[in-house]
Amino acid sequence: MPEAAPSEGEFDLRSLADAELIEQVHDDMYNGLKAEVEEATHIFLERGWKPDKVLNDALVEGMRIVGIDFRDGILFVPEVLLAANAMKGGMAILRPLLAETGAEPIGKIVIGTVKGDIHDIGKNLVGMMMEGAGFEVIDLGINNPVEKYLAALEQHQPDFLGMSALLTTTMPYMKVVIDTLKDKNLRDKYIVLVGGAPLNEEFGKAIGADAYCRDAAIAVETAKRLLSERRGALARAH
Amino acid sequence: MDAPARKLVIACGALAHEIAALRQANGWSTLDVVCLSPELHNRPEKIAGAVREKIHERRKDYSEIFVAYADCGTGGALDKVLAEEGVERIAGAHCYEFFATPAAFAALADAEPGTFYLTDFLLRHFDRLVIRALGIDRHPELQKTYFGNYRRLVYLSQAPKPDAEARARAVAERLGLELVIRHTGYGGLGSSLANFAGRPWMPSWPA
Repeated sequence: MPEAAPSEGEFDLRSLADAELIEQVHDDMYNGLKAEVEEATHIFLERGWKPDKVLNDALVEGMRIVGIDFRDGILFVPEVLLAANAMKGGMAILRPLLAETGAEPIGKIVIGTVKGDIHDIGKNLVGMMMEGAGFEVIDLGINNPVEKYLAALEQHQPDFLGMSALLTTTMPYMKVVIDTLKDKNLRDKYIVLVGGAPLNEEFGKAIGADAYCRDAAIAVETAKRLLSERRGALARAH
Repeated sequence: MDAPARKLVIACGALAHEIAALRQANGWSTLDVVCLSPELHNRPEKIAGAVREKIHERRKDYSEIFVAYADCGTGGALDKVLAEEGVERIAGAHCYEFFATPAAFAALADAEPGTFYLTDFLLRHFDRLVIRALGIDRHPELQKTYFGNYRRLVYLSQAPKPDAEARARAVAERLGLELVIRHTGYGGLGSSLANFAGRPWMPSWPA
């Protein structure tokens, strides 16, 4: 059955060449238009694009632009959430296809908000961007006591532990987790990343984290850099 | 005889109404008050810089300055500025804590981490500062993203208007949360300002 022609004033994404469609999907993501981002994702796949190329060039790059404008105060939280929701729509289409390719994740992260903290917007953005960058993400959700982090680390053997807190009253719990890892001689086994609105680099250093990540894009950059450094150091040691 | 030196309070706009009421009720006539926009709370990383700018702008006119903010999500950035400027602030992490008192607030947070708090100010301006500022009016689907993990609403009242309880109930219903109402009065706000003014204050306030 032929597809319905776009009505007057409606924009036909299929009429766009690849380069224009990439620009359009970035615009649509910027504007939080989930249905349009999903449609563009399908179109790229129909045109024979590999799922990882659609992910990187269309979705991840679109979200990177959103992240920059959020950092610069041009976009605000609602717009970022709408953009993230649009990206999620595209990722839901790509995830099974990416799994079929059998490509190994570039690293693995266990992530969750700390005990007493139920604010997961930042953590969810980091998880989504990490997944988009090719990491396997094990999301522990909210309000995690140290025992839950330890059990997940034991079970999944990740490269990273990521902890998030929005409250000044809950962020000290990150140190409880890191100190417990030290007590159990597990600290050096994992790269510990921390983030959340009231944190800063000084706090990250003071509690013994490997890095404080100001936003989701920086979390991805930092994770890639630290993993590469760790693997380089291990290779040299052997 | 010289007139008493005037002192300045640089306050969060969310406390303007409460500070004006305290000032009038307690005769703190030597205190001047200047407020910063309460909407800074939606970008707390900007609070420390805005406070520093206001201190510099007004310092020449005042012998003493006090900042009516808690840490307010600045993660210590405000304290760093205040230490450099030699100015003090209200103790505590945020206004919920200094209104309720630290021990009572800790008990509330421990009892249910998924608690959303309202003060008189936030209740009065809930639509503007929460619903509209978070884009929920334009995108109702975002309400679940923001509030999906909350279980209850605690309204910490300072000097509530007669319709406050009904308004709090409407907010709780809208967000799908259990409502708890605690009358705190002005708590640490009143005692901090009384200390700064060097004058006694009336801590109890009719609910």
